[in-house]
Amino acid sequence: MRRLATAAKVVVLGVWLLVTLFPLYWIVVTSLKPQPEIFSLPLRYWPGEVTFEHYEELFSFADFGTYLANSLIVSLVAAAVVTVIGVLGGYTLARFSFPGRGAVMLAYLVTQMIPLFIALAPLYLLMSDLDLLNRLAGLMLVYVAMLVPFATIIMRGFYERVPVALEEAAQVDGASRLGAMVRVVIPVMLPGIAATFIFGFVQCWNELFLAITFIDSEDAKTIPVAMNSFITQYDIDWGSMAAATVVSVVPTLVLFAAIRRYIVEGLTAGAVKG
Amino acid sequence: MSAPRVFTARRAAFVGLCLLPGAVFVAVFTYYPVIRGAVIAFQRYNLFDLTSTPFVGLENFRAVLGEDRFWTALRNTGTWVVVSLFFQFFLGFGLALLLRRHFRGRGLYQAWVFFPWAMSGFLIGLLWRWMFNGQFGVINDLLLKADVIDERIGFLATPGWAMTSVIVANIWYGVTFFAIMIMAALQSVPRELYEAAAVDGAARLRQFWHVTLPHIRPTLALIVLLRIIWILNFPDLIYAMTGGGPAGSTDIITTFLIQQVTGGDYGRAGAVGLLVLGLLLSFSVFYLNATRFERSR
Repeated sequence: MRRLATAAKVVVLGVWLLVTLFPLYWIVVTSLKPQPEIFSLPLRYWPGEVTFEHYEELFSFADFGTYLANSLIVSLVAAAVVTVIGVLGGYTLARFSFPGRGAVMLAYLVTQMIPLFIALAPLYLLMSDLDLLNRLAGLMLVYVAMLVPFATIIMRGFYERVPVALEEAAQVDGASRLGAMVRVVIPVMLPGIAATFIFGFVQCWNELFLAITFIDSEDAKTIPVAMNSFITQYDIDWGSMAAATVVSVVPTLVLFAAIRRYIVEGLTAGAVKG
Repeated sequence: MSAPRVFTARRAAFVGLCLLPGAVFVAVFTYYPVIRGAVIAFQRYNLFDLTSTPFVGLENFRAVLGEDRFWTALRNTGTWVVVSLFFQFFLGFGLALLLRRHFRGRGLYQAWVFFPWAMSGFLIGLLWRWMFNGQFGVINDLLLKADVIDERIGFLATPGWAMTSVIVANIWYGVTFFAIMIMAALQSVPRELYEAAAVDGAARLRQFWHVTLPHIRPTLALIVLLRIIWILNFPDLIYAMTGGGPAGSTDIITTFLIQQVTGGDYGRAGAVGLLVLGLLLSFSVFYLNATRFERSR
């Protein structure tokens, strides 16, 4: 009976793993097939001939290098800024009680419920007024704003798990409040800080709708914007599309695997959207 | 929270300096646009004719509510949320239960099975758009091989099938989230609660029903309600797979909103935005009540 249950469990888990991984497998295989083979029947489940031509095309014709660099710059800067903001803001929300604290928390939580899209049109007008359309800097500003609430709330949660006594001991030893924060608290929280940074990075890296609203010049496109212009063409070149998907997904897979645990803790501790 | 401290000017300055940067960002790039959008909703505001933007009362709302496409989108939103959520929840729950006990290779298994979480909805949409392709799609091929169908189906080009297809993709995407969250919830059940009970098969089922489930119920309620809001706000996948087509058959309220924005009619976009906000607010109130109800039990 027990052995039967174990066997059933193995089968179910195996099937689900297959279902989960197959799309990923399929996009990788597609990206490695020569162009004619992608569009020919019967379908082959392994390329008859493995080729990297789609990856080469991406970088030679489509200027993917520029998009990749843009995505990297925007995501790194926005994530760094938002992490610093989260570290500072989370600290005050966790360690001080002051008038307006509840209001700030509420204002941040509410943004997590508001769909971004209702602000899309006015945001476009704002960016246009500030002359930030088609600029990476504009994208960074909006991304920081988009991530501040999550970063602050999740950092607050991490601080609350660090005993106040730890800090007070350092302050008794003569360190200032800021000194105690930098030397004692921050080291304890490094994993949490890293997780916040990576989460922010991945969110920016993946963001589509704001980017396509504000960016249409070639030299400011991020990867999602570039891929979006692939699909708005009449015929989709699935070979390049598959290669682009693989290139843009690999970094996020690695990064997310590293921080899954912390994000889950943060999510289950506070009511924040995923 | 530490003991109440005197709120000195120095401390106020420190708090202010720490909170201000973030607050400014949120005020300027989130709240200001939301408020401006609410105002625009009552104006005639077309991006291609900004010479006059008079206030027109409820005209935009009347126009939106008079459009069949809006009502179709609203109905579709219901289907999209309810069906996706149902399968995501139960499959995710099942997966969480199977992964609950430690076994050899569990960590590795999780690392692989949870990967959809790291992908953007847009990329996932592209992935499935290619797999559901009517001619060279692998899903058609597999179904043909398994003798389920006799000829290829244009999944994304046929109104009935298109909705099914985007929901299938959404379920695939969302199971992971539920599995992760429910696993975390299951781990929060204190071990002592279990030790008292015997562990034959029948007892185990009863234990699940009477010990585990009641304990994680508040968390489940929270996860589900948050997810409802999230799925409602999630046009990425549909946008990538069908763009709301064919003939509006996969339009949900947020893809409809995006179409208004790209169409340049910001007045109507504002009106749709406010309607969505109203819808979400009612949901949130329901959610807050539900969780408070759960906590007080």
